[in-house]
Amino acid sequence: MSAQTETALGLTESRSAGGRILRAVVYLLVLIVFAGPLLALLVSAFGHVKDPTQLSVIPSGITLDNFRIAFDQGVLTYLLNSFFVVGGGLLLQVAVSVLAGYALARKVFPGMTLVLVAVLATLMLPEEILALPLSLILADLPVVHFNLIGTLAGMIVPLGAWGFSILVMTEFMKDVPRELEEAARIDGAGDLRIFAQIILPMCKPALGVIGVFGFTMIWDQYLLPLLVSTNSSSYTLPLALRTLRIDPSVTPGVVMAASLLALLPSVIVFLFFQRSFVSGLSSGALKG
Amino acid sequence: MSLDQAEPAAPPSAGPAPRKAGRRDGGATGLLGRSRRSGRWWTPWLFLAPALLLFLYFKFIPMANALTMSFQEVQPYLGNKWVGTENYATVLQSHGFREAAWHTVVLAAGQTAGSMALGLALALLMEGQSRRLKFVRSAAFLPVVVPIAVVAELWRIMYHPTGDGMLNSLLGLVGMGPSGFINDPDTSMASIMLTGIWRGAPYDMMIILAGLTSVDRGLYEAAKVDGASRRQRVWHVTVPGLRSVFSILFILAAIRGLRVFTEVFLLTNGGPDGSTEVVMTLIYKLGLEQNRLGVGAAGAVLLFVATLLLTVVVQLLRRRESK
Repeated sequence: MSAQTETALGLTESRSAGGRILRAVVYLLVLIVFAGPLLALLVSAFGHVKDPTQLSVIPSGITLDNFRIAFDQGVLTYLLNSFFVVGGGLLLQVAVSVLAGYALARKVFPGMTLVLVAVLATLMLPEEILALPLSLILADLPVVHFNLIGTLAGMIVPLGAWGFSILVMTEFMKDVPRELEEAARIDGAGDLRIFAQIILPMCKPALGVIGVFGFTMIWDQYLLPLLVSTNSSSYTLPLALRTLRIDPSVTPGVVMAASLLALLPSVIVFLFFQRSFVSGLSSGALKG
Repeated sequence: MSLDQAEPAAPPSAGPAPRKAGRRDGGATGLLGRSRRSGRWWTPWLFLAPALLLFLYFKFIPMANALTMSFQEVQPYLGNKWVGTENYATVLQSHGFREAAWHTVVLAAGQTAGSMALGLALALLMEGQSRRLKFVRSAAFLPVVVPIAVVAELWRIMYHPTGDGMLNSLLGLVGMGPSGFINDPDTSMASIMLTGIWRGAPYDMMIILAGLTSVDRGLYEAAKVDGASRRQRVWHVTVPGLRSVFSILFILAAIRGLRVFTEVFLLTNGGPDGSTEVVMTLIYKLGLEQNRLGVGAAGAVLLFVATLLLTVVVQLLRRRESK
């Protein structure tokens, strides 16, 4: 690693044995603090049921008993519910964001500023604060009078429009060259065609970003499923963890087994899409 | 598929859209003429319709309802009764709410400061290009992607109050007595804060690392030539260069802190003895357990005003600084 740029602490210069050991100790400490608890989760999930009720980082033999018990408790249903919610939510969210992004990035129309302000405003409206009125609305949607309480749709539809995804798509679609669009228009292509065959294919990286973020955001939902679900058959996995824990016959090992299933999808998505995750993170945050 | 085929589906879904456009048509004929060249005036609204409809239903109507409900005594089946500012008076005079507000502020401040300080330290220690560093950074970032419900259950078990609890056995190694953590009113708030910092610091670290790439390298060299020590370089070159990053992180973290719900709900649900009751857990209890929706809504509106004020104040400070 010779081609390194200067860092604030100038740490890369320290080639002395002492400096290296110091760095190694620091890294080890960071790993223990931040990854250690997750390692304990992993070990406990595969640990023996008879283990004392505590977590341990030292494996005491590997067993799938915790998972077996978790599945007996209906974890498979919760997991499928979660997959259904994240799949449906993500599809809806991506569709809504690319459509809205197209209009905001490629069109000039009266009222556009108003729409942009409205989208930004939704980002300033934390869903927690809307929890009470939202639960009433989900029970009786205005005008159409649907009741979404107790349904998985109730956990999906409110996540369909997310200001972050819309703004990311808008920014990205702005960068597609005008000439491409004009050439297609001269050839007689309509808006839908231009959108589907020119703009959208050029936005694949942005689709990656909003896909990864949308997934993480939906998978992490807690309050919305809590408001919507009425009985355990519509629980998502994160909600079910609490029910499992409250059950006195369930050991922490089983809760950790279910927790492992609940965290694995987001960790896998993160590890696979690290680059777009981190770039989206910084662009989203730094552009403010 | 042409636009004409999509047209029949438009009117029901484009509900709110044309109205907004119509209002501004008069003054904007020039713009309209320009957009007509590339499609009809309602084309953009057609593309925006799904988003606007969803926002209307699940953001704007709930917000409007929260506002109205906060002035009403909400009685399902009996009709709501207008009570003016009574709910706000109830909320502001209630000891429980003031306690919860104080806890929320303490928690938000502690988590924000802790995450940012630790995040900066981590970023400075782990800035660089090597593969090993990238691995450590990714591992350190994992807490951020773990679902909050899992974080809460994991830490709940780690906080087990007896001597054989995971964190207590670590404390035992350095000769400190078993702590009650979330079960002891004296340590419950600090314990929740610690969990929040664990999850928040790696996020701040990543953002600060991204910000560090935009700090002028030449300044480090120059400072070094001038004989600045490490600490001076960090303090006079790095920190000023990160100012805008800090203010954004501050807003994000502070808002996250003010609306904290899931961790507290799962770790302590406000207990023991109400020592960790925050505004959101209180609102949840008022609204969904005691059915006092009006009072809950008033609390939610106050919380919203607080987050809004915070954002505006920080933005104003930033603007003044950059001038």
